[in-house]
This record gives sequence, structure tokens and C-alpha cells, in this order.
Amino acid sequence: MPLLSVRDLEVAFPTRRGVVHAVNGVSFDIAPGETVGLVGESGCGKSTLGRAIMRLVPIAAGEVSVAGRDITHLGRRAMRAVRPLVQMIFQDSLGALNPRATVGRSIAQPLVVAGWPRDRIHARVATLLSEVGLPRDAVDRFPHEFSGGQRQRIGIARALALEPKLVICDEPVSALDVSVRAQVVNLLADLKAALGVSYLFISHDLSVVEHVADRVMVMYLGRIVETGTAEMIWRAPRHPYTKALLAAVPSPDPAAQRKRAAVPPLQGELPSPLAPPSGCPFHTRCSIAVERCRRERPVLEERARGASVACHLAA
Amino acid sequence: MAPALDVRALQISLFTRVGVLPAVDRVSFTVGAGETLALVGESGCGKSLTALALMRLLPDPPARIVGGEVRLDGEDLVRLDERTMQGMRTKRISMIFQDPAGSLNPVVSVGRQLVEVIEAHTDLGRRAAIDRALELLDLVRIADPRSRFGEFPHRLSGGMCQRVMIAMAIACGQRVLIADEPTTALDVTVQAQVLALLQRLQGEIGMAMLFITHDLGVVAQVAQRVAVMYAGRKVEEATVDALFAAPLHPYTRGLLAATPKAGEDRAARLTEIPGMVPPLGNLPTGCAFAPRCPVAGQRCWAERPALTEAAPGRLVACFAADAVPDRIASDAAVVGS
Amino acid sequence: MAMQPRFEMMRRFLRNRGAMMGSLILGAVVVIALLAPVVYPGDPLRIVGPAELWPFQDARFPFGTDALGRDIAAMLAHGARTTLLIGILASAASTVIGITVGAVAGYYGGWVDEAAMRGTELFQTIPNLIFILTIVVILGPSIAHIIVAIGVVSWTSIARLTRAEFLTLRNRDFVQACRAMGLGDGAIIVGEILPNALPPVIVLSSLIIAGAVLFESAVSFLGLGDPNVASWGKLIGDGRELIRTSWYVCTIPGLAIVVTVLSLNLIGDGLNDVLNPRLRDR
Repeated sequence: MPLLSVRDLEVAFPTRRGVVHAVNGVSFDIAPGETVGLVGESGCGKSTLGRAIMRLVPIAAGEVSVAGRDITHLGRRAMRAVRPLVQMIFQDSLGALNPRATVGRSIAQPLVVAGWPRDRIHARVATLLSEVGLPRDAVDRFPHEFSGGQRQRIGIARALALEPKLVICDEPVSALDVSVRAQVVNLLADLKAALGVSYLFISHDLSVVEHVADRVMVMYLGRIVETGTAEMIWRAPRHPYTKALLAAVPSPDPAAQRKRAAVPPLQGELPSPLAPPSGCPFHTRCSIAVERCRRERPVLEERARGASVACHLAA
Repeated sequence: MAPALDVRALQISLFTRVGVLPAVDRVSFTVGAGETLALVGESGCGKSLTALALMRLLPDPPARIVGGEVRLDGEDLVRLDERTMQGMRTKRISMIFQDPAGSLNPVVSVGRQLVEVIEAHTDLGRRAAIDRALELLDLVRIADPRSRFGEFPHRLSGGMCQRVMIAMAIACGQRVLIADEPTTALDVTVQAQVLALLQRLQGEIGMAMLFITHDLGVVAQVAQRVAVMYAGRKVEEATVDALFAAPLHPYTRGLLAATPKAGEDRAARLTEIPGMVPPLGNLPTGCAFAPRCPVAGQRCWAERPALTEAAPGRLVACFAADAVPDRIASDAAVVGS
Repeated sequence: MAMQPRFEMMRRFLRNRGAMMGSLILGAVVVIALLAPVVYPGDPLRIVGPAELWPFQDARFPFGTDALGRDIAAMLAHGARTTLLIGILASAASTVIGITVGAVAGYYGGWVDEAAMRGTELFQTIPNLIFILTIVVILGPSIAHIIVAIGVVSWTSIARLTRAEFLTLRNRDFVQACRAMGLGDGAIIVGEILPNALPPVIVLSSLIIAGAVLFESAVSFLGLGDPNVASWGKLIGDGRELIRTSWYVCTIPGLAIVVTVLSLNLIGDGLNDVLNPRLRDR
């Protein structure tokens, strides 16, 4: 049974200039112990998708199930039982912690809300701090006294407090320096090995996602356009957008870069989510688009085992 | 040929309540016309302060240039009075920043901002300036420049704002462009467009570019030479090919190893650099990197390594780097020219 | 919940010379107010000496006497109690009302916000002093009614400020994290967002005390204050007729008001410097 199951999820925001369909019919599963990467650029809806799964934004249509239980419309009481299963880590490590609360209090908060007794809370916080590699005295200090990487560890400790099965990581390392990024990525991998958690790793940084994820989903304007194992996506991308994304990622290899320089980068800008293109959302920027792409929206279809793509022309 | 930009032993200090901190410690580098030098380092290494210093835009207090020279075509910018320096800015040396929307005046249309820059630094009249502005908008590949002319910055995407910034920066045909993390805040496909644009413009105009970034991938794409900074000091400099093929300084090696590369074996852990950058007020005696260095020896803790030329065009400040002369010779052969 | 190192904030506050002076002055006023029944026991409004005695003429009446022969120094000291009491309580009342309205409006948004803002605007458009006078006239002149009237008028600025802070803070990730933990709205508003929203509200609150002092003085000056209690405004009002001859009867309490309001403003500035995170050097 999949740990997380999402079916035809839609999230819409009414704005002054119309309705923005941030997530537009997304379906996927996450199995226990799996790391699924969700990549896309700004405005593709990946962060909104993560928050919708956490029931932090209202769901317009579709359903979300955790461990077989449909949580789409659960009230607050019922959600209390489900909350421990799915937790979240945020990008902005400073904004993710209450500046006026000590680190100990922030990490203990999920336990307090769940009604744990005090002495068990103290013990658990101490364990969590050592699991993420922070010193014991961090308990009485405030977030602004720590570096970005350390604050991210605090956020991870808080997310792990109730022993979740799935952790949604929303751009967890994007705001960190390169060397610190490696520390946090390795920490997440270690925790996965030790605790068996699954991750939904949301990021715009393809290199990091390729490194951590078992499977990858690519999003564009609120829809998933391709899925596959990390290796399939990297070695043999099918969707033109995925190919363009991969071509645009600068790699630390000057010789390879020079070879790539011959290929012009993807032109145009992301269309406004208020007025998405007809048919395939990518056709306005696609180098191989044909008439059918303008009229008919392609559906995400499986082309090979574990690989799906939403494109009329992809192999 | 004399370099367009010649920075010699630049020293910047931060005057804070806790004391005077050496934010940039005798950093030197040159950038020739038509060349791109990348300045790489992580937060707190002083690269942004260096960039601001070149434009004489350091926030004072707390930062101030306390030593060194910045020679633009032979003229030392550090010694100039503010009035003369204002004439230099944008006319001979200009800068683009990380946050494009924040760098533009939100209540003035982009066209007008561009025209203002042109009028301020050239002899062109209003009509001619407008024509030049439209020309520039076209040069930076903004589609339909006439209709975009009257738009306000908040209506434009991040990528377009950055293009407008670039247009403003090259408006007067200046010699040196300083780019401070210009694509960090942009999506990867937009980043690719902007980087391609910068390279094309550099080829056409022949300006020298100082490109500041923390992203080694971007470095590989745009730069011919690289200087690596750590805790306010330059620790390595080389051509791009040489640096990526055979990094000498343990910090550079650590950075490269910590960067995930496409196609790399996934099961492998990313190599971490343990610890953190030391606070400026508490720099270790000896090599600033010693506490985090995997090959630090006795000498490294006691003595600060000076920049030495390990091979022609390759500088490194490390005692351990001296121990690999053979590798360098063979790598130089591999890399060729 | 643990608060940030208080002594650090206090040191910053005292380094601000204006704030320190303001604190000293206000402290002196508070001491005078507290000691009033000790130094001047009995009813300050009783007649104790010859009328219109100038200050420093008689050692018993250092500030002189008014038209009826009442001791100005005694009335000044007791008046300090009244003034401070009204100022602090009115400010507290308006702060409580304002925070409640602002927090709810800022957190929930939507129609709740709309309704709250229209209500706030309604109160804002009514001229403050006239509103206060109306309420006091309707309810009757007593300290309690004056406090209510001032409170009813002064809460709008606090509500707006609180709402603005809540609008910013409710989108912060730490609030989302609390919602993800299953924390209820009430706990989030009071326990998480409010402590972070308080600093600018505290500053505004201190300035409202100053405003309340001025309002109370105006009300008493116009003769609508509590007739059984000494207050600085009443002193000025009673001395209205003597302005040409014994002008000290108006001037002395007037100075007291000016000095107190000034000190409150200085303290407010000092608090702003300490509590406003943007001014902190990193």
C-alpha cells in the first residue's frame, strides 16, 4: 500500500485578476522508504502541492490519502491523528522557527501538541538534537544565534519529533552555501537510512534532486509533465521541457559546457498562470510543437515501466 | 596589453562595535578586456564587499577601503573624490546585482530609467537617448521593446528585469561590468538565457567582466579564469579548465566535491566540508582554513600561507599544495591551452 | 515562554539619553503620585489657606494656592495619581481592544477582516475629543467613565498596527509549521504570533498613555471631569479665570502635563529603538 496517494489534486487561488490554478490535476504515489523528487521552476506549483498534501492550503478538487486513509476533507480533530505521519521542512530556516522561542521549545512543540508528558519530551528533544548533530546546549538558545545550516538541522529535528513516515522537504537546501548543502543532504540521507522515512523532495535544483531522489516528477504550470527514475530522467529525458531544463543546468565541467554552448537555451518566459496556454501548457515555448499540441492537452501516460510523460510527440 | 581592471592588495575593514574586522585582506586580481574572471566563495568570504569596493559603493559605516589600489585603465579609483567617481560609475564601470526587481526604481518606467542613465553619462539629447534605449532593449533580447518601454518593473518577470539592468549597465559602452550573483535568484532556464546573453554581449562589446557567484556550474559556463576566496583572502587562482581538472587548494577541492554532478554515482555521499566559516572577529592564526582542512599540518596552524605561483597562471595559498608539483606539470600538459 | 535576554535590551534602552531622561522624569512623577497621600494626607480639594497666594511666598504652600485657597502642590501631587491612573488604564483598555480586533482581522482575513476594518474606520472618522466628551456627558463625569471614553477612542491605531503585523507574520513558515502540527488557531494567535507582533504595539501603547493624559486634561479643563477628584486638567480649568493675574495656577499644572507627555514620548522613542528589529545592527 503506498504511503501517500494523490489523485487528480487541484488547488486554486482566487486573485483580483482571476483564478490561479496552482495545481491542476496531479496524481502520484509515494511508497514507504522512497524519496521522490519534485522539480520545476517558480510558479509551477510544486510548493503549493507540498502544502496541499499537508492540508495547509485548501484543496479545490481531488483527494489525498495517507497510509490508505483519505485526509482530503478531514476536520481538525481527525487530522490530529494523521499529523504525526506527515511533516514538513521549509526553505527559509530563519522564518521557519519562531524567533522568540528557544530551540528546545520549537523542537518540543509537536510533542506538546500531541500531549506527551514533560519528562518524555525532554528526553526526546535531547535524542533529536544528537540525531541531527547539534550540541545539547542548543536547547536554551535562540534561532538567530545559529547559522543557516544549523537552523535547517533544527527544522529537521522538529519535523522528526513525532517519528513521521513521510517528510515533505520544500527547498530545504536552496538557501544554503554549497558546503553546508552537502552536510544537510548527507544528514537527510543518513536519517532515511536510520529511520526509514520517505521524502518528497521539492526543489528547483536539479543536481541535488538527481543525487537524492529515487524517482523524479517534473512539473510545469501546475501539471506533471514527466515522471521516471532519477536515472531515466537524466540519461533519457522524454519531455521537451525536461530536456530544456537539463540542458540549462550549468555543470561544473568546463569542457562539457563548451560543447553545450552550441545549443541555444530555452526561449520565452513562463506563461502567466492566469491565462495558461490552450492545449499543452508548454507548446508556446516548445521547439517541436505541432498543431495538435495547440489544440489538445496531452495526458500523462506510461511509456515504459515507471516512466510517464505528457506529450503527444515523446517516445 | 594592460588589463582593463587591476586590483592590487585591496584591503577592506569593517568598523563595528566589537572591533575592526578584516573583511577583505590584500586581495589582488586582474581582468582583461573581453575576459571574464569569476570570483567564487561562500557567504562571508568578502566577494560582495570586494565588488562594492570596486564601485566605491561600500556602506560606510561600517565598511571602508583601508588599503590597496583599484586601477581602471591605469587610473586608481580608490584615490578619486566622490564627484569624479560618480562620473565613472556606469560610464566606465558598472554593476548588476542579485535582486533585479529591487535594483530598479519601482515608480519609474523601465524605459525612462534607461533614458535617464543614457542622458546622464552621454551627450545624447532626449530623442537620441530614447532611440538608444530602444536599441539596447533590443540588444538584450527583450521582445517588442516599444511596448515594454513604458512598463513598470513590477510588471516584468525576474529575467526581464535583469535584462533591463544589463541594458542599463552597458548603456554607455563601459569597460568593466561587475556582476554580483546576477542569476542566483532566477530560474534555471532564465539563468541560462541571461548567461548566454552576457557572453554574447561581452563578445560584441569586448568589456571585461568580474562575475561573482557561489555556483561552480555557472563558473564553468561563463568564466575563463577563476579566483577562489575564503574568509576575506584569495586562496587560489587559475584558468577554469585547470581549476576544475586539478584543484590545488583543499577548500577548492572541498567545494568541488560538495557539488553534486549529473550522472555521478548516486550512492556516494556528497563530500562535506566539516565545520563552518570562522567569524571575522575570530580568525585563526595561521591558515584560515586549517580548522576544516583534511590535510592541515603543524605549519598550517602556526603560519599563514602566502599566495605562491605553483605553475604559470596558477596561484595558491597553501603549504600542502607545494607537495604536488608533478601533478601540476602533467595536468598542464593535459589541459593544454 | 523564554524571552530574549532582557538585560541586553535594557542596556540599549538606557544608552539612549532621551529615553533615560524620560524614564527619570516619569519615575519622579510616579513617585510623587505614590507618595501624595503620605506627604499631603486628606482631601486635596479642601481649603487650607488664603486664596491666590503666589508660589514661594509661604513655606507651607510651595506652589501657592488657587482662587479658593486650596493647596496647589497638594492638588498637583494627587492630580498626578489621577492622571497616571487614567492614562495607564485607558491605554491598557485600548490596547486590549485594539490587539483583539487587529489580531482577529489580520489572522483570519476575508470578511472578518473587512468587517473589522469598516468598524475601525467608523471609529476613526469620529473626531476623538468630541466623541470622548459625548460619552462622558452621557455616562456622567467619573474617572471610570473617562477611562472608558478614552479607551473607546484610542484603540483604532493599535488595531491597525496589530493587523499589519499579523498580516505579515501569519504567512511565515513557522506559523505554517504550527498549523502542520495541528495547533489550533487560538494557540497560534496568542502563543506564536502575538509575542512577535508585540514590540511595535508596546511602543504605540506608551504613546497612547501620553494621548490619554492630554485627553483627560481636556475633559477636566472643560469642567466635565470628576468634580471630586483633583486632576491637572481640572487645575487648569479652575484657574482659567485667573490667567491674567495669578497665571501660576494654570502654568504649573500645564508644565506638569507637558513634562509628563514629553517623557512618555522619549520613552516611546527609546522603546522603539530597542524593540524595532530593523534598527538592530547585525
